[in-house]
Parts: sequence; C-alpha cells; structure tokens
Amino acid sequence: MAGMHKSEIANPVLNWIDSRLPVITMMQKEYGVFPTPKNFNYFWNFGALAMVNLVIMILTGIFLAMNYQPNTELAFDSVQRIMRDVNYGWLIRYVHQNGASMFFIVTYIHIFRGLYYGSYKTPRELLWMLGVVIFLLMMATAFLGYVLPWGQMSYWGATVITNLFSAFPWIGPKIVTLLWGGFSVDNPTLNRFFSLHYLLPFVIVGVVFLHIAALHIVGSNNPLGIDVKGPQDTLPFHPYYTVKDSVGMCVYLMVFAAFVFFAPNYLGDPVNFIPANPLQTPAHIVPEWYFLPFYAILRSVPDKLLGVCLMFGSILLLFILPWLDTSPVRSARFRPIYRILIWVLVACVVVLGFCGARPPEGIWVILSRICTLYYFAHFLVILPILGKLERPLPLPESISQSVMGGGGGGPMPSGAHAKPMEKA
Amino acid sequence: MRALRSMIAGVLMGGLAIASPAVGPALAAGDAPTPPAQNWSFDRIFGTFDLAAAQRGFQVYSEVCSACHSMRLLSYRDLAGIGLTNDQIKAIAAAVTVPQGLDDQGAPKEGPGTPASRFKRPFPNDVAARAGNNGALPPDLSLLSNAFLNGPDYIHGVLTGYADPPAGFTLMDGMNYNKYFIGHQIAMPKPLSDGQVTYADGTTASVEQMSRDVVTFLTWAANPEMVERKQMGVRVILFLLLMTCVTYAVKRKIWADVH
Repeated sequence: MAGMHKSEIANPVLNWIDSRLPVITMMQKEYGVFPTPKNFNYFWNFGALAMVNLVIMILTGIFLAMNYQPNTELAFDSVQRIMRDVNYGWLIRYVHQNGASMFFIVTYIHIFRGLYYGSYKTPRELLWMLGVVIFLLMMATAFLGYVLPWGQMSYWGATVITNLFSAFPWIGPKIVTLLWGGFSVDNPTLNRFFSLHYLLPFVIVGVVFLHIAALHIVGSNNPLGIDVKGPQDTLPFHPYYTVKDSVGMCVYLMVFAAFVFFAPNYLGDPVNFIPANPLQTPAHIVPEWYFLPFYAILRSVPDKLLGVCLMFGSILLLFILPWLDTSPVRSARFRPIYRILIWVLVACVVVLGFCGARPPEGIWVILSRICTLYYFAHFLVILPILGKLERPLPLPESISQSVMGGGGGGPMPSGAHAKPMEKA
Repeated sequence: MRALRSMIAGVLMGGLAIASPAVGPALAAGDAPTPPAQNWSFDRIFGTFDLAAAQRGFQVYSEVCSACHSMRLLSYRDLAGIGLTNDQIKAIAAAVTVPQGLDDQGAPKEGPGTPASRFKRPFPNDVAARAGNNGALPPDLSLLSNAFLNGPDYIHGVLTGYADPPAGFTLMDGMNYNKYFIGHQIAMPKPLSDGQVTYADGTTASVEQMSRDVVTFLTWAANPEMVERKQMGVRVILFLLLMTCVTYAVKRKIWADVH
C-alpha cells in the first residue's frame, strides 16, 4: 500500500508536495470538483458563513487575549484599556462582542434550514448530531466569554447559570463548587472560565472538521430533499457555490458591520457597563438574547430541577430528532402540514425569547408554559404521529427535471410516494 | 418564489427575536417613567460630538460633578478628543497633584499631574467616598452614559428631573425626590442650578444647558472612539455594497449556463 500519491499537479514544487502529502488533491476533490446539488437556495450559505464567523471569532479572540487580564481586580479595566488605548482595540473588541451574536443568528438560521428541509434524516443523522454538539459547545463558549468582561451582568449571569447545576441531587453542589473553584463566583472562577473560553473554540474547530467530513461522505441535502440521481443533478462546488457563498458573505458582512460600527452595544445589556459587585444584585438578571428562549423554558415551571431538565432537554432532544420524525419525506415543501407546524415552532421559540426577557410573572409565565408545551409536543408527539398520517405531495422525479420544469412541486406525478432513501 | 417568501418571513422573525432584549430592560426599569427622548449631536449614523458642548460639559464636570464623582478610566491626554490643545491639557493636568511613586528614601512622592495622569479622583477609595456622602457611593462617570438604556436621555432626565415629592410620597431621610430616577429617591442633592458656572464662550448656563453639555461630555467619555468608528463604518459598508454588486454580477455570469 505504501508509495507516493500520483499527483496530477503541473507545478513541480506543488507536485513534489502533493505526491508526499496530497492536500492539494484533497482540496480539489472536496472543494473544487466536489459534486453539489444544483438547486441550493441561499439558505445553503449559512454553513459557510458559520465557518467564516468561527474564524473571525478565533482571530479577534487571540488579539483580545494578548491584552486581557483574567483577574477580578483588573478584568473590567483591562477591557476598557483595550477599548481606549490599544490600537484599533475598540474595533477588535466590538467585532468579537457582536461576532458572538452574529454567530448565533447564522447558526439559528442554519439549524432552521436543517429542520425545514429535513437535513437530519437518513443518511445524515450523524452529521446532524455533530451539529448539535457544535451548538452545545458554542453555547458553553458564549456563556464563558460573557463572564470575562466582569461587569455586573457577567458576574450575576455566571452566578445564576452555575447555580443551576445545584438542582441535581447529591452531585449538584459538588459540581457547582468545582465550576467556581471555591464557594462563590470569584477569582478562581474567572481564571478557569478564561482558560476554557480559550480552549473550547478549538474543540469546536475539531468537531466542525468532523461535521464537514461527514457531510462530504453523505453529500448535501437540497431544497427538494430528494437524492441526487446522477451528474445531471449536480454542479462542481467551484466556481458555482464558491461564488454563491461569496454573495451571501458580502451581505452577511454588511449586517455584521452595521452592528459593529453603528450599534455596537444594541444587543448587549447596559448593566454590564457597571463593574461586577457581589454585594449588589441587578434588578433583573437576563442572559444575552440568544439564550432567552431557553431561559424562558427554564423559568416556565416552578420546580428548579424540572426547569433545568427541561432546558437541557430542549436541546438534547435534537439528538434523537432523526428518529422522532417518522416521515420519509425530507423537504417541508412536500409536507403540507409540517410546513405550517415548523412555523408554529419558530413562532413559539420567538415568543419564548420575548418571555425570557421579561420578569417571570403574569401573562409571560402563561405564554412561556404554552410555548414550552408546544416545543416539546412538536418533537415528541406531533412529529412521530404526523409522519404516519400526513399525505405528502408528489415528489419530483429528479433535481434536474424539477429545475428544468420550473416550479417547486415538480411536473411529474409519478413519484407520488416517497421512495426509500438511497445513499447519494 | 416559495423559498424567497420563507426567507423574508425568516428575516422578519429574526428581527423580532433581536428586538426583544432591547425592549426588555425598558420595562425592567421599574416604576420610573421613561425620560423624554432628546435630540443629541451624536445621534444617528452621521452624528458627531458637538465639541463646544463637550468642552462646556468638561467645565461643568470639573467645577461641579468632580467634587464627588470620579472618572477613573480617563487620562488628561484623552481631552484632545474634545478638541483641547496640548498646552491646555498640560495646564489642566499640572493643576492637580498626583502620586508619583517613591523618592530616594522610599517615601511616597507627589507632584503635578502630566497629560498621562488619570483624572484625579475626589476620594482615595470607595469607603472614603461613602463616608463623605452620607453613606451613598457616587458612581464613577467614565461609562455612565452607556450604563442605562438610552443613557443620555436618562442622565439628562435625572439632572433636570428634581421636583417636590407629590402629596403622600414619603422620602427617606437625606434622600431627594426625582421624577426619572429609578425608585424616585436619589441620594444626590440637586446638583445644578441656573448660573452655577460661567461659560467662557458666553453661553447662558441654565440647568437645561449645563445638563445637555455634561451629557455630551459624558457620552464622549464613554465612547471616545465613536466618530472614528462611524466614519470607518460608512467606508466599510460602501465597500461591501460594491463588493456585493460585483460578486452578484459574477455569480449571474457564472450561473448563466445552468438555468
């Protein structure tokens, strides 16, 4: 088996490298000629955008870490020193700060894309589960990072969230002490949070690599949700999708820039401009906007342990989604009832976001309970049953036929029932 | 068409989700009414700081606020940002006495400030500040303008919102009634009164005028990079707009043979 790779690169230097370590051949195979369904819409930009966002976060984060002091006495002022005295420090910090929000916007759209077009269904279950792992790591990283500026909301957010673990019987208090490195949120907490905040992004990079590797084995899903039948259904990734992703990236960067340059603190909580004070609790402790739906689920039940279980459960649920959804049809386009219910789910999550920002009283509690109930019912009850009851619309024969014929429904009624999924 | 429609709906939903936290703190502010929105020179995309107002505001801070409130994140050199000259800054800094390390014998030394010195703090520490203010801690003003939702409107509202308490309202000992302060009871006595400072440029020093000036100064102090940031932002957005058009044109050309 040993022996050099037969490289087809003309340039002798590159050929020498490629024969010994075929990275150029690999890049050409995976990103050059890689056969990609020809019917992607712009929702398929968001995976690439998330990748770009991850790189932006790591680069800005490295430069911030050069000037940040993970010490309770110095942290707040060291961030302000970055803002005021470091060359373009304000730019690096505002990009990093708003980059976290952009990362969640992009990721939430990416997840929605997966839900709407059934990208989690066979053979992409593992690909989807790796995505859920990335999402969990992102949430942990964002939470840890929000603590670092050591403002009032950093401190009290850290106190509230770490205290959630105390709800677990027996081991709970021990976990909390371990997270804190002591008996309250203090300097050891800040030290370990900084260390982990620097570590986790690289773990994300690793899982992203697996996510993409799995994607390149099973191939991309597409808006029709039907399998690729042959070369007539695909296009080489480059230049078709490199250029289409570039268009999306320019628009994404414009939204990003609008936040960074014109409303850098719009998505943040003003209370975090006050240094952390363990003796003074803010009137309302609210997490960053991207955690609000989960925060609302947590507070929707009066029992702490149940609330914590529901909150974690709402995400862990996504791991078994491929088996909860019993419909063989992937794309919501051909599922008349699911197509409505997916928007009900989105509406529930948005309402939960509003509820999470309000004090848990009156109408907000009732709304969070209704929406929490629907959230879980959607995945645990509706999806398993709906797959059996729903009559899907006729599927088009193939991607190329649908593209040529125009219109989403497809001209050929022959595929009235979904065929068993074959491996692409 | 269908994809387009779902996309627009998605964007709208996303917009709602983003708007939610911004609404949250407004309600969370408690029982105090929202102070009326003001027009500020630094508002909006092309807004810059009215430097004359910021300089007058610095005068108000120096002559009034600085008796109790520190601005520990600012150095005198930063005042170049509101248009003071190097000579003016050197003179302002030299007027205060600051610690300057140790002398040859190891005893703490003091001397005149330099442009690199931090703003002189009125009290050596928080305990002393409380002791000198009836138990209440005057907050540091470096970031105050950013520390509330619509901070400039709020600070202006509080500075001009002193009034007699309404009938039936019981004030705690040593507290003052304020229309806009959260909880309506503020430890700080009414800080500004008409004609309290004499402006060099002849502007009438009404409470309203002094408050607006000091809010402009504080907003600059909390966001000294704002003008540079907005200018860069306009250039970046214009560049990206151009890039979007170019890449979209290239995309159309490359995809022309597919459709």
